[in-house]
Amino acid sequence: MADGRKEPKSKYTLDRGMPGAFEGETVTRRRFMNVTAQAAGGIAVAAFALPALGFAAGSALFDRPPVEWEAIGPGEDFPMDTYVPRVITEVAGIGQVGKTTIYVRKRNPKTDPPPNPTTMPEGVTDEFIAMSTRCMHLGCPVRYIDAAKRFVCPCHGGVYNFEGQVDGGPPVRPLDRFYTRVVGGQVEVGPRYSVNSEFRRFPSYRDPAQDLDGIGQYLYPGRFSTPKLSN
Amino acid sequence: MKLPLPPLPTALQPKPKRPSEEEQVKPVEQVKEAGISAVDWIDERTSLSGAARWVMFRKIPKGTNWFYTLGSATMFAFLSQAVTGVVLAMYYDPSVTNAYESTRHITNDVFLGEFVRGMHKWGSTVMVVLICLHMARTFFFGAYKYPRELNWVIGVVLLILTFVMSFTGYLLPFDQRSYWATIVGVNINGTGPLAGPFLSDFLRGGAEFGATTLSRFYAIHMLVVPGAIAALIGAHLYLVARLGTTAPPWLKAESHEGIREERV
Repeated sequence: MADGRKEPKSKYTLDRGMPGAFEGETVTRRRFMNVTAQAAGGIAVAAFALPALGFAAGSALFDRPPVEWEAIGPGEDFPMDTYVPRVITEVAGIGQVGKTTIYVRKRNPKTDPPPNPTTMPEGVTDEFIAMSTRCMHLGCPVRYIDAAKRFVCPCHGGVYNFEGQVDGGPPVRPLDRFYTRVVGGQVEVGPRYSVNSEFRRFPSYRDPAQDLDGIGQYLYPGRFSTPKLSN
Repeated sequence: MKLPLPPLPTALQPKPKRPSEEEQVKPVEQVKEAGISAVDWIDERTSLSGAARWVMFRKIPKGTNWFYTLGSATMFAFLSQAVTGVVLAMYYDPSVTNAYESTRHITNDVFLGEFVRGMHKWGSTVMVVLICLHMARTFFFGAYKYPRELNWVIGVVLLILTFVMSFTGYLLPFDQRSYWATIVGVNINGTGPLAGPFLSDFLRGGAEFGATTLSRFYAIHMLVVPGAIAALIGAHLYLVARLGTTAPPWLKAESHEGIREERV
């Protein structure tokens, strides 16, 4: 190949002397067949793989559960200076697994910070505080210890103060809360929401271990499946 | 090979056939003949004997020792997990309300249930230990080096898949320990930035540990990952047969006659 380079091939099949070439044809039939067969294979795979993927991930990521309110007792049951445990159903229809303990007390306007942002969703009153028992380290169940006025987690030693703010240990943000309202004298508990260390409310609640201060609120985006309260 | 006859008394020694007697085909020989012709029939149509010879009659380096059996030990641990897992699935019920009860039923009521469940439970730990030892052997013997890097990569994927099996299998007995361990494990997945929250929702099948979390873990544990592990073990073994094994690092390469002369 040292002597003289090959003439660059014409892009027209006719010029290249292919049998049965058409005028202006640039894609050889062999190449056309090849590309078509590959594309058909790709479409066939996509036809089952994409629905399967959507089926596996879609409802997990996008299904919005309905907003449900559960009555937990009359308002007089809940004092201002201590928490009262209640068991509510987070996921219906799966027995004990769907239940969780929450701790409820009446809001103390003097010591509890005002809601942030100040407007709560429609129908939600901020009279009672319903604290989630989900530890914000990795999700173990915390217990309220009245003598210490603190929540303590059994797994890795997370400690929260009376307001749910982190007092010690590995948790990254205060305990989650539940929306509350009072209907006919009964306190009702609704969907969960998260707060950061300044008690700013994040309606799309985050999983434990997801920091919501500073850059954390952008690194851990809210989910599409947040229950929608009419605002 | 013909062994010498023991010194028997003449009366007991086998007598040679008389020329008039017809040569009798022994049943053992008939069976052997039938086996050979059956194998021949398959081989004529598949040429599998070449591949089998390629896999089995390989040259192995001097110094090959017991450490080289850790890989196949891991594979047999996997096979044991696969077989016991399949039979456990015949009694196990992956529903949130019945999973614990069916596990209890396997352990307490079913014949050999406690034994087979124990094999699966302890076997998982055995597999993790063996795969780590196998990896350490490969590392310390330098067996990951050229041209075996791809086999190392496949091995690392197999290690990760083994951990996925351990993680998803842990939930299935559905007692307090497995429930809370799974909550913690899924939340650790959720700490990954940006994708983490969606990954943990995908694993749980929603924002809460719900009705489908267990069946999701079960499907991953018994369908998705074992298939991937089996396929990758195939690729791993193909590369072992293709590239051969390494000599242990304490063996010096034997220098060639000619080279030694040149050096003088």
